[in-house]
Amino acid sequence: MKTTQILIAGFGGQGILFAGKFLAYKGLMEELQVSWLPSYGPEMRGGTANCNVILSDTPVGSPIITAPDVLIAMNLPSLQKYVDTVVPGGQIYVDSSLIDAKVERTDVQVFYIPATQMAKDNGIATLANMIIAGHLLQNHPELSFTGTDAVVSKLVPPKKAALVELNMKALQLGKDYTA
Amino acid sequence: MAERVLMKGNEAIAEAAIRAGCRHYFGYPITPQTEIAAYMAKKMPKIGGVFLQAESEIASINMVYGAAAAGMRVMTSSSSPGISLKAEGLSYIAGSDVPALVVNVQRGGPGLGGIQPSQSDYFQATKGGGHGDYRMIVLAPASVQEMASLTIKGFNLADKYLMTSMILADGTIGQMMEPITFEDAEIETYEKPWALTGTNCERPHNIVNSLYLKPDELEVKNMERYERYKLVEQNEPMWEEYMMEDAELCVVAFGIASRVAKNAVVAARNEGIKVGLIRPITLWPFPKDALLAAADKVKGFISVELNMGQMIEDVRLYTQCKKPVGLCSRCGGMIPSPEEVLESIRKAQKGEF
Repeated sequence: MKTTQILIAGFGGQGILFAGKFLAYKGLMEELQVSWLPSYGPEMRGGTANCNVILSDTPVGSPIITAPDVLIAMNLPSLQKYVDTVVPGGQIYVDSSLIDAKVERTDVQVFYIPATQMAKDNGIATLANMIIAGHLLQNHPELSFTGTDAVVSKLVPPKKAALVELNMKALQLGKDYTA
Repeated sequence: MAERVLMKGNEAIAEAAIRAGCRHYFGYPITPQTEIAAYMAKKMPKIGGVFLQAESEIASINMVYGAAAAGMRVMTSSSSPGISLKAEGLSYIAGSDVPALVVNVQRGGPGLGGIQPSQSDYFQATKGGGHGDYRMIVLAPASVQEMASLTIKGFNLADKYLMTSMILADGTIGQMMEPITFEDAEIETYEKPWALTGTNCERPHNIVNSLYLKPDELEVKNMERYERYKLVEQNEPMWEEYMMEDAELCVVAFGIASRVAKNAVVAARNEGIKVGLIRPITLWPFPKDALLAAADKVKGFISVELNMGQMIEDVRLYTQCKKPVGLCSRCGGMIPSPEEVLESIRKAQKGEF
């Protein structure tokens, strides 16, 4: 039995929920059991937003994550709030363009990715979320990189088809990134 | 096999309702169920259905009453404070013996409360809400798949027993996405000779009404209705049992609380504690036989709820207080963690309820 609990947290508007949806759909495509739970309400409108994604090869019990295997932190308050909840041996992805702080824990794997800066430099300013998601796929063979274009196509509304390519570019940037 | 798609719980309700033949939706927006209305607004005009955002909750439930009286499959949805506003209409619909589906995606209360998930409308849903002697069939989904399947079931039961089915969900199940398939939707259709469809001058006109000024007539009406309720209690209780075969303790939980409780049951089993879970799927009719049978086997129960302890009263009632019943709950929009539930299981194991 393998279950991966992914907590994505940041500001509203950073694509927190979208990145979560992407990972959930990717899991669905890999025939895993998945759940996606957003924070909802006022925090979506500019405050802190977070999203709980669970991928498992057995039915998902509680969709609420209290001890994530993976934390994606896209702002400092989120990192501070959740850093200690990550299970020992877990992974933390930090958008290091927005977060100066370093993770002091030594029992977790930390990936610092200057995602927001990379997105700006590549003309895809709103897609830091997908850069980090691309890097995450690299480290998670149960999700893999293959078939991501089909997943992105599913998530992007037909009217905004041009965004498929940009999302793919972001994922690729994340995949190729080395510290 | 039908394709697995990811859907929000609220959207699953809306899509299932349409598949069940519902073509009339009347509502008024409120968090955390607004996706139901949004989905209906998008879909209904394309399939010849009616989506109407009424001027208030009270208006929308009375529109439901009207469409139901005309024999239509009809629904409304809201969240806790909005359901309170609809309570008058619920009572009139019950008093008129017409079928309807009402969805309550609960949030914290009382009053305007908050917008985070809650189960604190258990009393309101299962014991009344509106005035008078009446019941509603109350269905408590614990997954997005069940949001869909119980919506279809709810429409079928409402038509079968001429009463309201309520989907009692919560903000978590409403907002979360899970894979879902629609392949096993069983749609039942019932003749509605009582419906107000126009006589064409070919039959005496039908009357749908809840006013009976003669007490003996009203008494008969109520007694007839309770004969139907008796059938519902006999035929329709639904529940799930999980790891109950050798259980010495029994957790009772519905909806999102049951998902959290399941994690705790697994964790407790790993510690060697023989604990199981009974998850009522129908809150009315309550699965009393299952609870009573369990009461002869286990040494106690733990009711896990997102309120100050409401279902626990039914657990005590239907187990005839044979065994102690403890409570593990959070409220106001808070959800107990699996660790909190596990802790109460550990305590129960030591005889502390």
